[in-house]
Parts: sequence; C-alpha cells; structure tokens
Amino acid sequence: MNDKVIVCEELTKQFGDFVAVNHISFDVRKGEIFGFLGANGAGKTTAMRILCGLSYPTSGKATVAGFDVYKQQESIKKNIGYMSQKFSLYENLTVVENIEFFGGVYGLSSAEIRRRSDRLVNKLGLAPEAKKLVGSLPLGWKQKLAFSVAIFHDPQIVFLDEPTGGVDPITRRQFWDMIYEAAAAGITVFVTTHYMDEAEYCNRITVMVDGKVEALDTPGNLKARFRAASMDEVFYQLARGAKRSAD
Amino acid sequence: MKQLLVFIRKEFFHVFRDRRTLLIMFGLPVVQIVLFGFALTSEVKNITLTVIDQARDVNSTQIINKIKSSSYFIVDESAINYDAVSTAFKKGTAKCALIFPAGFGNDLQHAGQAQVQILTDGSDPNMAKTVVNYLTSILTAYQQEISPGAQLPYRIIPEQRMLYNEEGNGSLNFIPGVMALVLMLVCTALTSVAVVREKELGTMEILLVSPFKPLLVLLAKAVPYLVLSLANFTLILVLAVFVLHVEVKGSILLLFLVSTLFIIACLSIGLMISNTTNSQQTALLLSMMGMMIPTLIFTGFMFPLENMPWIFQMISYVVPARWYFLIIKAVMLKGLGFSYIWKETAVLLGMTVVALSVALKNFKIRLS
Repeated sequence: MNDKVIVCEELTKQFGDFVAVNHISFDVRKGEIFGFLGANGAGKTTAMRILCGLSYPTSGKATVAGFDVYKQQESIKKNIGYMSQKFSLYENLTVVENIEFFGGVYGLSSAEIRRRSDRLVNKLGLAPEAKKLVGSLPLGWKQKLAFSVAIFHDPQIVFLDEPTGGVDPITRRQFWDMIYEAAAAGITVFVTTHYMDEAEYCNRITVMVDGKVEALDTPGNLKARFRAASMDEVFYQLARGAKRSAD
Repeated sequence: MKQLLVFIRKEFFHVFRDRRTLLIMFGLPVVQIVLFGFALTSEVKNITLTVIDQARDVNSTQIINKIKSSSYFIVDESAINYDAVSTAFKKGTAKCALIFPAGFGNDLQHAGQAQVQILTDGSDPNMAKTVVNYLTSILTAYQQEISPGAQLPYRIIPEQRMLYNEEGNGSLNFIPGVMALVLMLVCTALTSVAVVREKELGTMEILLVSPFKPLLVLLAKAVPYLVLSLANFTLILVLAVFVLHVEVKGSILLLFLVSTLFIIACLSIGLMISNTTNSQQTALLLSMMGMMIPTLIFTGFMFPLENMPWIFQMISYVVPARWYFLIIKAVMLKGLGFSYIWKETAVLLGMTVVALSVALKNFKIRLS
C-alpha cells in the first residue's frame, strides 16, 4: 500500500444504462509514469475524472494518494496536479501572474510562491518573458509552462490529459524529458495519450476498450504478448474489437 | 480567504486587460446619456409657437411682444380659432400653442388674476416640458414687471395641457432607464461570458480539480463586476447630475443600496446563463436577447407599460429591471424614502434569491 499511490478496485461509473467505466482495477506505483490509452469514448476521461475528484463512481473502490474518492475529494484535490488537453493557463495573464495565481489557489504562501517562481522561470529559460502575456508565447513553451504550473505545488500525482496535442515532435520530446524529471523527483505521472510513440515512453500502460481494462503491462511485455513490432499494432489489435463508436 | 483574494485579483487582471470590454462598459453609459440627454432633449430654440389672441388688449400684446423678442420662439399668429390649432396639432405642424381668452387684460386688471392656456404636444414630452417652462417664466417675469412695488401682484395662471400624453411621461425617465439597461447589460452579459470563457478555454477544469471551492469561483468572478458596476452606476449618476442637471432628490445611499441589490440580481442571472451554455457566443446572445430586449421594452422607460396589452404587462412583472426602474424613479426623481419602495425592493430581492439559488444549484450539479 505504501508505494501504491492510486488503487482502483472494480471501479464502475454508469450513466443510466450506459456503463462508461466497467469494473476496472489497477494500481499505480509511486514515481511511475503510467500510460492510460484508449480510443475516444473508451472511458478514459470518465475514469480520470473520478480519480481527480470531479465525479463520483457508481460502485467499486478507489483511493488516490491514500484518500478515498467518495469521501475525501478535497484531500485528493490538494495532492494532485492536472493538465488538460486544452491549454490550461490564462492567456491574458503574464507568465509570473499565472504562476502566482495557481500557486495561490493551492494555498502556497507568497514567499514560497516567489521563491519557486523565480526558480521555475530560470529553469525554463523564460526570465526575459516573465512579464509577458502567456498568449504571446509559442505553443511549445506554453505547454511546458502549463506542465510546470501543474506540478508547481509539488503534488504526489499529476494527471496529464493528452498533454501534447498539437505540439511539434521536438517539443514533445522535450516535454517528455520534463515528465521523466518529475517522475525522478518522486511525482507519479498519470498520462493519457493518442500518440503510440509516447506510449512507449511510459513505464506501464493500460489499454481501455469499451469501458474495460483490456491490457495492463510494460510496453515491452505488451509488444511481446501481442507479437507486435510497435505499440501502434498492439493498440490496433486491442481496439478494433471496440463496439462503441468514437464520439 | 487568501485563495479568494488571489482569485479576485486574477479576475481584475482579466477585466482590465480586456480593453474592448472596458470601453464598452464605460463607453455605453456615456453614449446613452449623451444620446438620450442631448439628441432627445436638446434645447428648444426657434420653435414655432401658435398664438391665438382672443383678447387683443394691452396686456396680451405686451406678452406676445415679449415672447417674440425671446430667442426661443417664432410666433405664428395666423391661426384664428381653437379648431385650427387642433388640426395643426394633429397634422404635427404645430407643437405648442398659447391661447389668450377674451377679456384677458380686463380680468387681470380688475380681478387681479387671469388665465392663459398653454397647449403642447405630449408625444414629444421633452419639448413640451421645455416650452411650458419657457412660457411660464416669461409670464412670471411679465407679472412681476406690471406689479407695482410690494403690492399684491397680478397673477397670470397658465393652464397647461399636454395633448396625447397628459402625464408628460418620459422626460426624466431615461436616466433610471439607462441605469437599468447598462447595469443589466454589464452584469448579465459580461459575467456569463466571463464564466463561460473559462469553460471554453478549459481553465474551468483546472479550477475544478484544484482545492479551490467551486462556489468561490462564482463569487470571485462576480466581485470585479460588482465593483465595476457600482463604478458605472456612479458614472451615470455623475453624468446625470452634472451634465444633464438632473436633481437627485432622494437618498444617495438608498440609491446605491438598491442598485447593489439589482446588480446582484443581474449577476445571478448572468451566472444562471453561464450554467446553461458552454460557448461565449451563446452566452452573449442569450443575455442580449433574453435580457437586453425585455429590459428595453418592458421596463417602461421607452414604451409606456400602461398602454400595452395585458399579456405584455404580465411579462413585464418578471423583468427585474422594471422594478429597479420604479425604485430609482421614486428615489431619485421623486425623493421618496424606503417606506415607499419596500414592495418593489422585496420583489427584486425575491428575484435575486431565486436566480442566485438556481445558479448555485446548477453549478453544483455540473460538478458531480
């Protein structure tokens, strides 16, 4: 239990007759980069929303960072970071104002925010742009900044919902370097993606099909099991049986 | 608490960086005041005054000469009787008329008082009021002139009639109207857009997964607009008093309190709208069509409500601006106190409570 930061048992979410998430069970270890794959409509987002404390499951058990998803949503929220596929910073605030805002929302002290903010801006090489509106930055930088802001308050877990959509390959590579760095620092990374090359970067992968977990293993083991040369093929073999159409 | 302050600060950044919206927000009342105030109530000059002098004595001639020498009127003495004036009014060729009854001078000198009749076209209430004021002041000046020393002065009693609009409704109405309209627009449209914008951009999700309380999100969004709306209200008030010389007869404090209530009502409606839609355009359209137009039509400052079919009058009861308009008119123009407006205030309060609870309830539902 100690090194398991997310535990799901038979987690289910039903909307009327529609079972969006169908008895899924898995656990995620501390410091792990956990890939969450699935076609559109497979139930990824619903599962992730439950784990983020945004929605209640219909049945099953789950804990995130040791907190129960039914009763301790507030505690969960304090211990996680989140970055969505949509750009998640305010374009008409400056780099520093964005950092200060999110730091403040997570209840960091002003002194702490200033200290970390200086460090972050220097690390990202954004010092000359610190007072510029985020809207004027190139997309690659925005995404890197968004990720840095998502882990600014040192969460135990960071949820990344298709974080690299629309980003060029070089920036994506750099983005993944940042993910590795965060994981090395002990932050667990829970990431959904559509890019199969990114799936290869994960420590372990879950493939969801029609609300169920169809496979869960390291990329290497999955490829061996499905006798596939790439994750792309693995995913295709699993997902083509899907009954739900993409939405 | 600190989180809330951080959030409110951020909202102010948003508002102040959005120059266009700010310009609309503060430009709108200025434009409307100027438009309504000057284009519609422009000073009356060189207006044709139809005069029927049935007395033809010294006094009536002296008064007519005085009127002629003022820069306000061009005197037209061609009409011979009341019927001719009446026809001219109907055609719209005459806007105002002054009628001296037979024996005017005689009455004045022997009885000490005499009557004249002033007819004005009430469909243009601003002009009508102005004309009456000018004529009355000319008559007053004249009667002082002919009253020797401290003796009991002669009295000329102008009997006024505003044709087509006996009440003279509509002259000062537009200032409370502009207040209602501008506050409605700013609060409803801008708040709903501000909330929906976060949804559209995806930042709302980030806020919801943060430990920040969802209800505080709404509160933080509403605060800057509340502050700006009060500033806006002050601006309108200042413009009204110093530019249009409207006298504020009632308590300023009461005006501000009631306006704050109205602003909260509008903010709640804005939040309600933001809960029902996910796109800024829909939010804007909804608040425009759903709030602006009813406010314009059913408040009573553009079109008199009494003349509407009962179904429309019924509709007007659910328009918050209607009640606010009544209150502001009572307090600002008539100088009435709270005891006269508590009913309207209670209605407004009720609407606010309903709108706010619906907004908050829906916002919670969206989360689970």
